[in-house]
Amino acid sequence: MRDFKGMVYPYIIWSFALIVMPMLMIVIYAFTKEGNSVMNVRFTLENFAYFFKDKVFVDVLRRSLMIAVITTVVCILLGYPVAYVIARLKPSSQMLMVLIITLPTWINMLVRTYALRGILDKTGVVNSILGLFGIGPIKLLETPFAVVLGMVYNFVPFMILQVYNSLCKMDYSYIEAANDLGADNVQSFFRVTLPLSLPGVISGIALVFLPAVSSFFIPRLLGGGQYMLIGNVIENQFLITGNWGFGSAISLIMSVIIVLAMYLTRYVDKKVSVKGGND
Amino acid sequence: MEKKKRHILSKLLLAFIIFFFYAPIVYTVIFSFNSSKSLSRFAGFSLQWYGKLFRNSDMMDSIFYTVVIAVLATVISTVAGTITAIGLSKSNKVIKAVVGQINDLPVMNPEIVTAIGLLMLFSSLAINKGFTTLLLAHIMFCIPYVILSVLPKLRSLDPNILDAALDLGCTPAGALIKVIVPQITSGILAGALIAFTMSFDDFVISYFVTGNGVNNISIMIYTMSKRVNPTINAVSSLVVLVITVFLIFANLAPVIKERKLKRSIKTKS
Repeated sequence: MRDFKGMVYPYIIWSFALIVMPMLMIVIYAFTKEGNSVMNVRFTLENFAYFFKDKVFVDVLRRSLMIAVITTVVCILLGYPVAYVIARLKPSSQMLMVLIITLPTWINMLVRTYALRGILDKTGVVNSILGLFGIGPIKLLETPFAVVLGMVYNFVPFMILQVYNSLCKMDYSYIEAANDLGADNVQSFFRVTLPLSLPGVISGIALVFLPAVSSFFIPRLLGGGQYMLIGNVIENQFLITGNWGFGSAISLIMSVIIVLAMYLTRYVDKKVSVKGGND
Repeated sequence: MEKKKRHILSKLLLAFIIFFFYAPIVYTVIFSFNSSKSLSRFAGFSLQWYGKLFRNSDMMDSIFYTVVIAVLATVISTVAGTITAIGLSKSNKVIKAVVGQINDLPVMNPEIVTAIGLLMLFSSLAINKGFTTLLLAHIMFCIPYVILSVLPKLRSLDPNILDAALDLGCTPAGALIKVIVPQITSGILAGALIAFTMSFDDFVISYFVTGNGVNNISIMIYTMSKRVNPTINAVSSLVVLVITVFLIFANLAPVIKERKLKRSIKTKS
């Protein structure tokens, strides 16, 4: 039996080198000053101060958060009803619909985002249809609308699948019980179904908010150059400016925001569930 | 009446979501056959964009690199991930917890964070950016997914079967290949499928760690998309085709196998 235990050791070395080391490097670079040799490392908060002092960067951060929050809300409003309807279908149709929803997520996100570009373009399909009614052409590309649309398009399947999974696990007899006890459909939805499916919504939020706040190619492809988000700033620091310290600091700020957001949603979830239980 | 209305409403919602997901993809495929450069008017059927694609050596190189990297990363990460998962299932709690936590990092972190970490690591070690760094990065982010899909299968195994094999004189290596692996094949295949599509579709990490003209399809699309370029529609359609065929095959393989099994049982009886 001992023989098999040893099979994990090579991966431990590998994962320390390729997973743990890079994360440590981000932290070290974020807190040190550029141009130091290994011998005289000086810890500093300068990189963070530089970020928060500059109005441009703070604005980018605010814009990224706003886009991510809007995207998440739209994904809940669109994804929840879809998941709910799928969970009510007969089992064979459920399987088919889940497959239909999953399939696009396997296809390259860049390919799908580029496809939206063609549709939203000034000479694209939407504008030529609007043109038939004498409207437009409207500038759809390079607007916040296009960025949010691109994010919803790419990320809403995650929300649908998470909510669907939690709705599937739900025991239908709870609803029957609620109805027997005199609740109407609306009441049984808000008092029974919704609280029980909240865990699915929470993990859906995690899967949507995280890529939405960190995405850099969706704003680049659909928002044009003028709609920079935090991911674009990080991209520039590493691939154009070459300022690793500052880039690392920004990505740490982003990670902290993501962790805080996750913590906040869990907290709200707990509050809501406790309240629902006491009612 | 009320119920019927709701029924129609839910059908409409499903129809809308299917349209929303598939219209852009179908649109891309259709306009890859357009004879003009227009994005809204289909002027006639033509294969000119495919011709342009096949004559564009940068584009063909990127397709080549995408396929080679995906195949190599899938094979290596599937073997390494399976070996690790088997070792992990026999390890103590501490190692299980540590490896589990580390594996969560690339799965949970935003891709861009993983990407810049790897970029800094490779540059610090003075590894030439290009094929090697691309392959290393892809293996790195594929292995956790293989482990995640193999480990549950190992957990449901009966440990006595392995003991029985060893008691009956099987070598540990023989027991591994003849007894354990056949029982976890479905998990290994699922892991390989995820690894292949993850590698084939990856953009963010590849974009940061590559260099010296080694590009994959995603990077080419990103750099070419600044202007209207129907060649991208052609390469996109090829990507859609490959992934669809791959998924159909992956979904049908178990069904076909089952049918063959049933038929062989029928002919025997």
